[in-house]
Amino acid sequence: MSQEKEKTYVEDINRTMYDYKDEENDENFYKVDAGLTPDIVDQISKEKNDPEWMHEFRLRSLEIFNKMKMPDWGPSISGLDMNNIVTYVRPKTKMSAKWSEVPDDIKNTFERLGIPQAERESLAGVGAQYDSELVYHNIKKEVAEQGVIYTDIESALHGPYGDMIRTHFMKLVPPTDHKFAALHGAVWSGGSFVYVPPHVSVEIPLQSYFRLNAPGAGQFEHTLIIVDHDAYLHFIEGCSAPKYNIANLHAGCVELFVGDNAKLRYSTIENWSKNMYNLNTKRAIVSKGGTMEWVTGSFGSHTSYLYPMAILNGEGAHMEYTGITFAGAGQDLDTGVKVVHNAPHTTSVINAKSISKSGGKNTYRSGVVIKPQAKGSKSSANCESLMLDSESTSDTIPTMDVRTNDADVGHEAKIGRISDEAVFYLMSRGMSEENARALIVSGFADNVSKELPLEYAVEMNNLIRLEMVGSIG
Amino acid sequence: MSQPLLQIQNLHVSTTEDETELLHGISLTIDPGEVHVLMGPNGAGKSTMGNAIMGNPAYKVTDGSILFDGQDITGEPTNKRAKMGLFLSFQTPIEVPGITLSNFIRSAKEEITGTRVRLWNFRKQLKENTDLLQMDESYLDRDLNVGFSGGEKKKAEILQLLTLEPKLAILDETDSGLDVDAVRTVSQGVEAYMKEGGRSLIIITHSTRILEALHVYKVHVIINGRLVTEGDASLIDDINENGFEKYTSMAAEDKE
Repeated sequence: MSQEKEKTYVEDINRTMYDYKDEENDENFYKVDAGLTPDIVDQISKEKNDPEWMHEFRLRSLEIFNKMKMPDWGPSISGLDMNNIVTYVRPKTKMSAKWSEVPDDIKNTFERLGIPQAERESLAGVGAQYDSELVYHNIKKEVAEQGVIYTDIESALHGPYGDMIRTHFMKLVPPTDHKFAALHGAVWSGGSFVYVPPHVSVEIPLQSYFRLNAPGAGQFEHTLIIVDHDAYLHFIEGCSAPKYNIANLHAGCVELFVGDNAKLRYSTIENWSKNMYNLNTKRAIVSKGGTMEWVTGSFGSHTSYLYPMAILNGEGAHMEYTGITFAGAGQDLDTGVKVVHNAPHTTSVINAKSISKSGGKNTYRSGVVIKPQAKGSKSSANCESLMLDSESTSDTIPTMDVRTNDADVGHEAKIGRISDEAVFYLMSRGMSEENARALIVSGFADNVSKELPLEYAVEMNNLIRLEMVGSIG
Repeated sequence: MSQPLLQIQNLHVSTTEDETELLHGISLTIDPGEVHVLMGPNGAGKSTMGNAIMGNPAYKVTDGSILFDGQDITGEPTNKRAKMGLFLSFQTPIEVPGITLSNFIRSAKEEITGTRVRLWNFRKQLKENTDLLQMDESYLDRDLNVGFSGGEKKKAEILQLLTLEPKLAILDETDSGLDVDAVRTVSQGVEAYMKEGGRSLIIITHSTRILEALHVYKVHVIINGRLVTEGDASLIDDINENGFEKYTSMAAEDKE
C-alpha cells in the first residue's frame, strides 16, 4: 500500500540528476572526428575490431546513407547537421562485469541514476552503456545457468554466437529501410545481444541502460534479442543524457525475434535531454502463437521519430502496445506504433496516450496493415491525448491498410483537458492545485505505469511531477 | 458567547464563465454543533451555496463575505478551506484513476492535518468505517470512484467525511438517487460524524429520510437565489406536504 502511495507522491527530484555531466575527463576519451566519411567508418570498424563482413556492411550502409533523402514527412530535423555529430566516443575504460572496476566518474553517473542499485534489487542482469561502448555488463548466475546469453554485441560477434548475429543483424531493419537505419548500419556501436533458449522463462527482467554523456555525439547502440520458442523474457531499456546546447543524436536499432509461442515484453523509459534528436528504430517479428508486448514511456528529446513495429508472421501471433509520450516546451514528439498482420488470426491491441504542455507538440502516427492472408485477425487501437494548456498541440494520424474482409479493425481517439471539476474535487480534500493536477496527470498515465516494474513506475511518476512542477501560472 | 462557526453575509455569487448572478445576497449563521437544512426547488441555488462556501473557482463571489472560524475565507483557495475544517460531499463525486480510495483518503488526511498518518491504525479506522457504511472493503483498493455505483460513490464521500473529521460538512444531495437501505446506511454514517460534539452540518436535500436521526436546528428555503424563509424542523413537513409553491410566489413578489 505504501508503495502505491509512493507512486503518486514521490518527492520532487532535481533535474540535475539527469544533467550531471562528466566533463573533466573529456580529454581522455577516444573519439572520431565529427562528420561522416568512409575514413571515419573505417576508423570505427578498426577500433571495434570488426570481422571483415561487418566492416563491409558498414561501408555499404554508408553508401546507402549518402544516397537516401532526409525524411520530409515528420517533424523538422533541420537542426541536425551530420557534419557536427561525433559518431563514436569511447569511454576511457574497458567493459567490466564488476561494478567496482568501472571508473569512479562513470560509476557516479550511473549511481545517481539508480543503476546498478536496480540490479541488486530486482533484475536478472544489467548492461550499462556510456556513450558508444558498454562499460558494464553482468548477468545473474542462475539466469546464465539456464542457458540465457546476455552480452554486448561486440563480444557476441567474435564468440560462439557470431553466426547467429550475422544471420540476424539488420535483417529485420535493413540499412535500406530509411536514412537513419543506414546511418546506424554504418556507425553502430554498443548495445546488447540476448538469447533465451527454448522453454526458458526468465522470471525477472534484464535491463540495459544507455547514457550519452559527450556533447555533440551520437549514440547508435544495437539491441538484438532472440527469444526462442516457448520462452519468456522481459527486457527493459532506460535512456538519458545531460543537456547540452548542441544537437545530440540517437539512432539506435532494436531487432527482436519472438519464436513460436514465446513471449517478449520490451519496456522503455526514455528521458533524453531536450537537445536530442531521437530517431530510433524498433522492430519485432513474431512467430506462430508468440506475443510481443511494448511498454513505452517517452519524456525526453527535442524531436522524436519513434514507431515500434511488430510483424505478426505466424498464425495467432499477438502484439500489445502500451505507451505514453509527454511533450513539454520545445519538444516535437512524433510517436506511435506499426503492426503488420501477416498471418491468420493474429491480434493487436494498441493503447497510446500523450500529454502535451507549454507548447509541446505530440503526434500519434500509426500504421495497421492487414494482409490478405491474415483472415480472422483483429486490431483495436485506443488513443487518448491530454492537453494541459491551449498553446500545446496534439495530432492523431492513424493509417489502416486492410486487405481482407475477414478482419476486425477499430480505432478510437480522444483528446481532452484536465477537468476543472476534478481539480476542485481534489482540492476540496486539502490537496494543492499543483498536486491535484499532477495526480490527475499521473492517473492519466496510470495504465502505462502499472505495466512498468515498480522502480520504473516511480521514476515515471517522478518525471511527470518534475514536468508538472511550476506548471501552475 | 463563542463566535459562529460559519457566517455568511450578503453573499452575491455569479458564474465565472458568463457572470450570471445565481445568489442575490444570502446571509446565514451557523454555530458549532448545529444541523442546518437547505431546501428549495431545482435550480434555486442550493448547490451554488455549497460550491461558493467551498470556493469552487467556477463561481465568483461578487459581493458579501464568508467567515469561517472567525476568519474571512472569501478569497481563500479551496485546499486552504479544507485544511481549516470545511468539507463538501459532492453531488456527483468525480472519478480519478491512478489513486486508490484508501491512498487518496490517507493523503488527504495528511494534507489536512499536516502530519504523517500511520498506515496500520489508519487502515483499521477505515475498516471500521466501511463496516459502518456497509461498504465492501475491496472498494478501498479500487481507484477513487472509478466504476463505483452511484450509491458506492456517496458512501465513499461519507467515508471521507468520517476520516477527515471536518468542523463543518456540507452534504450536497448525498441522499439523492439512493435506495431506502442505502439512505439509512448513509444517515448512520452522518450520525456517527455528529456524535463528536461541536461539529456542524449543512444538508442540501429534497427528502427527510436522511434527517431522521439528526436534530435539525434550522431549515432555510432558497428560491431563485434568495432565502425566502427560515424555520425549525417542522418546515420540512410543511414543504413535503405543500411543496414550494407559496414560497415561489413570495420570491416573485420579493423581486418586484
